[in-house]
Amino acid sequence: MTARFSCRSSKLLGITPIPDFLDKRLVFVTGKGGVGKTTVAVALGLRAAEAGKRTIVCEVSSQENASRIFDHTEVGFHEVEMAENLWSISIDPDESMREYVLLQLKVRAMRDLLFRSRIFSYLAAATPGLKELVTIGKIWELAQLDRKVKQGRKYDLVIVDAPATGHGIGFLQTPRTFAAIARVGPIHSQAQQLDRLITDHKHTGTAIVALPEEMPVNETAALEHELRSEVGVAVDRVYLNGLYPERFTKEEAAQLAEVAGGENGVLRAAARAAASEHGRARSQRAQLARLRRRVEAPVKTLPFLFEPELGVEAAQQLARRLH
Amino acid sequence: MSAVDQILEGKDICICAGSGGVGKTTTSAAIATGMAARGLRVCVLTIDPAKRLADSLGLPELGNEAKRVDPGLFEAHGIEMKGELWAMMLDAKATFDELVARQAPDEESRDRVLDNRIYQQISNALAGSQEYMAMEKLFELHTEGRFDLLVLDTPPTRNALDFLDAPRRLTQFIEGRSLRVFMRPTGLAARVAGRGATVALGVLKRIVGFDLLADLAEFFNAFSGMVDGFQARAKRVNKLLADSHTCFLVVCGPQGEPIDEAVYFHRKLVEAKLPFGGVIVNKVHYPAERLRGDGADLEAALAEKLGDEDLVRRVADNFADYQALAERDARNIEHLAAELRAKGVIRVPYLDEDVHDLGGLAEINRYLFASSEERIEIAAGRA
Repeated sequence: MTARFSCRSSKLLGITPIPDFLDKRLVFVTGKGGVGKTTVAVALGLRAAEAGKRTIVCEVSSQENASRIFDHTEVGFHEVEMAENLWSISIDPDESMREYVLLQLKVRAMRDLLFRSRIFSYLAAATPGLKELVTIGKIWELAQLDRKVKQGRKYDLVIVDAPATGHGIGFLQTPRTFAAIARVGPIHSQAQQLDRLITDHKHTGTAIVALPEEMPVNETAALEHELRSEVGVAVDRVYLNGLYPERFTKEEAAQLAEVAGGENGVLRAAARAAASEHGRARSQRAQLARLRRRVEAPVKTLPFLFEPELGVEAAQQLARRLH
Repeated sequence: MSAVDQILEGKDICICAGSGGVGKTTTSAAIATGMAARGLRVCVLTIDPAKRLADSLGLPELGNEAKRVDPGLFEAHGIEMKGELWAMMLDAKATFDELVARQAPDEESRDRVLDNRIYQQISNALAGSQEYMAMEKLFELHTEGRFDLLVLDTPPTRNALDFLDAPRRLTQFIEGRSLRVFMRPTGLAARVAGRGATVALGVLKRIVGFDLLADLAEFFNAFSGMVDGFQARAKRVNKLLADSHTCFLVVCGPQGEPIDEAVYFHRKLVEAKLPFGGVIVNKVHYPAERLRGDGADLEAALAEKLGDEDLVRRVADNFADYQALAERDARNIEHLAAELRAKGVIRVPYLDEDVHDLGGLAEINRYLFASSEERIEIAAGRA
């Protein structure tokens, strides 16, 4: 009875069930540069939030792209509410490091001593990968139901707008690399704990964002392979972003080609624009088919939005189309 | 506004820089192909492991050695190749190893670094190491003098500064000055670290663990005999980047964000007194003829030609969408051009066909190597 009711009510709201992997606790959104990772991460966040999940979208490159989408001033290292049930944070490694030390040292005098001396910032500068490690540590902390930070808000879902491919794999591998650098000791065991979180298929997942072009499709296939076999994470979804609509049939395209050779300038331009949309839509469909053949994860498409700049409305439009 | 061959006249290094996803690899390959076609011996270098460059040049794979692209391939795509095109993919780890071998005073010091566990873990992943190794290889090839022109496809960085800052960051890191504090927390080092350094170190050991600190110390000690060599080398690399025979080209897309990044990158290049050549904006929606044509007129004219009302509406809607993108691109590029003052902005249109082979590179080169007037003409005549 209850199930039927909730099903009906979601239909009334015009919402199809949310993508299954949003039931995990932690989702990394990755892909090569310029494919729309941030927009997709925010759209996933909006979708989960709308479904009643308390969600936070984390940025790790201090670029504040998410707050840009919301037309918000920079959020910085704070959990800022962007919409109902949706928060955003830009994870700064230095702040994360500071917070980490605060959590490790319960005695106030000791903390003060450590912060007063510059020794900790020297360690950070000298230890390769430590900044990435504490960034992932902060993501872990956000994903805890029992938050370490005083009065920390509980989140059902943490979405990470991960660094672009190249940096992306390295980023997710940081805990393992670090566990090898620090053979024993507290950092070693914490790094191992983080690696276990990242590779926990039940609670952690990834979504790859791709574009419908030859080389991005090749790179997505390679990325999925590396994520699965080298990093060992679950790849739950591949989103093919920026798919053109199929506005014209082949016959219509042929008809328009005749007009494109005509004398009337505007008419000619409009017919050419139609021809190029038709051509692009077709080649994109071919790339979509290639992508489906080459990756294991389910491939879902997201439409190209004919908007000059992608803001929160665009993210909402995409959120409705996510499946 | 000048074409790429004019910008690169008398240059022996061309560095293509910009954020990820803007077509940097394709642009680098196109520039190298175009310059080789004009008679130069060109080598294009990439550090991108995604095989993008190899794919676009029709090579099965690229290694840390320069490989010549089969001249026959160009003919098949209608490119007359007067010079030679070579390509290589940088292996950052191998380049780092070579550099260590060159800088080490003796074999023992060399092996002490190469066998170090931390070195093995990080030599490929260390922040700035990929960027710096790209410059290092560039420097090495330039010193050898085998090529007339070197084109570098820079690794995708989160931030333009990551690239320019790489030599400084890497040498500073290897110097390990900060870590000396941990080894000798007394005297001068302690004064640098601030009051109570010894006690602070004790606290730190509790959090981090003593072994990690000891291993790090060993890692930096292994490098100790090479610090001067690394520093001297970085200085020479930096000098080469600033040389008047070097040219930086910024590659970007027409959307707001990539344009902002290009503006920022240009400013940083100027600040750092590095030779800036121009900006290449990829995937531009060119404005159609009579951009502001009356919508109603268009629909009437379309209706006359096509008859089908529904099709007329779809053609008109599609045209309006395209125009909106063209207007956005024009606005963004205007902003960019104002920022660069007289310096070059080269627009490459959003081609109907996705560019991923030599044929596509030849198509891009029609724009890269044309004067601005010619470019508009070609774009207008395009299907």
